Amino acid sequence: MNWARKDLLGTRELSREEILLLLDTADSFRDVSRRDIKKVPTLRGKTVITLFYEPSTRTRVSFEIAAKRLSADTINISTSSSSVAKGETLKDTGRNLESMRPDVIVIRHSMPGAPHMLANILDSSIINAGDGSHEHPTQALLDLFTMREKKETLDGLKVAIVGDIVHSRVARSNIFALKKFDTEVTCCAPPTMLPPRLEELGVKVAHRLEEAVAGKDVIMMLRIQKERGGTSSIPSIREYSSLYCLQEAHLKEARKNVIIMHPGPLNRGTEISDEVADGPYSVILNQVENGVAVRMAVLYLLSGGEG
Amino acid sequence: MERVLLDDKAIERSISRIAHEILEKNQGSKNLGLIGIRTRGIFLAKRIRDKIGEIEGRVLPFGILDITMYRDDIARMKATLKVKKTDIPFDVNNMTIVLVDDVLYTGRTTRAAIDAIMDLGRPKRIQLAVLVDRGSRELPIQPDYTGTRYSAVTEEEEVSVRLQEMDGQDAVLLSKTL
Repeated sequence: MNWARKDLLGTRELSREEILLLLDTADSFRDVSRRDIKKVPTLRGKTVITLFYEPSTRTRVSFEIAAKRLSADTINISTSSSSVAKGETLKDTGRNLESMRPDVIVIRHSMPGAPHMLANILDSSIINAGDGSHEHPTQALLDLFTMREKKETLDGLKVAIVGDIVHSRVARSNIFALKKFDTEVTCCAPPTMLPPRLEELGVKVAHRLEEAVAGKDVIMMLRIQKERGGTSSIPSIREYSSLYCLQEAHLKEARKNVIIMHPGPLNRGTEISDEVADGPYSVILNQVENGVAVRMAVLYLLSGGEG
Repeated sequence: MERVLLDDKAIERSISRIAHEILEKNQGSKNLGLIGIRTRGIFLAKRIRDKIGEIEGRVLPFGILDITMYRDDIARMKATLKVKKTDIPFDVNNMTIVLVDDVLYTGRTTRAAIDAIMDLGRPKRIQLAVLVDRGSRELPIQPDYTGTRYSAVTEEEEVSVRLQEMDGQDAVLLSKTL
């Protein structure tokens, strides 16, 4: 199959075949990062701008490394040091950046739909690196890549996603992507952290952590999205962590080779204990490594061809 | 219209001769490694490896190279090419690498392959073995070992290699598209 999209805005619109093409492409690109010379000339002469309206370490660095390993030129813009601080609108910023002829713009914004708006008005390829609590497609793709790497196939997997689901773009993108495969997804959180009509996405709901992790192949822990008002959904962090912090004892109920995932940043002691985060089942750092490969694949597929 | 440039017997003899030439030119199989360029180069490289194995009694290091990341025309392609795996499980440093491909034409694939190998280390030398050299080079690249040459090829003529492993038959064919 061929990649025909100009932009990567979410996992909702991706087909199973497109996801598999992305994962297979990422598999080839991951080898580049494991060599002494971690660079290929594939995107020589292309320009990638990262435009971040929200703080980020992992995602921004990961995109920058991915672009550089493909020999693209990268420019990083964070809002605190740009004209956004002087009141420029997103539309104007986008149009001004496009005048300098970038090939790809990676954007993170607190407003859901901000990348979609840019995609509509600009010829550059737009990659959504997180828009509010809406979508974070490259995170979901690297999560699926990691699941497939550890479990060989996505079909048949039982996945628990635990935490501040209602505010989490990672949860949303993962659910959309996982449901393209024959997977069972269970979301677990206090009722106030679960969006209404969640079952309509084809996922199960559990309110107790013990119940959610039972029989699972994959447990994905999410942090409380304080910047989106996550703490107002619960009486206190201490009460939350007494009920929803993943401890080693919980893992006995899961499948024998369960993997523990977390998109980061970790709030140790709140949603995940040290022993689990640093334990043998944790693939959290594999996720970070795979993130570079997946982003290389996305940049390659969006930059290649005439599209 | 189709014409057979090499049939199965001729391909077998070519492989056998190339294997002997590789050993002659390099005075044995010491520090030799074979790398097949995707896709048909893989099968040809394997056949050369097996032939050298029969003669020398040892199996040469063998790798598979996908050159997609090193192409010079990615930005011009209508559709994105699928990037497949490169798998070279031996250290190329100080080795004599014999690159194996089915058809040598413009030389651009070979250029990409040389760059790709150089990024993996510093081989002592790189040689090139091809089943068919069909001329019309666009870069200053020449093969060290050649199965057959067919130079008077016009734009309408197409040289294609078929191999048992993926096409169900062994043949080098010349076809004219009218």
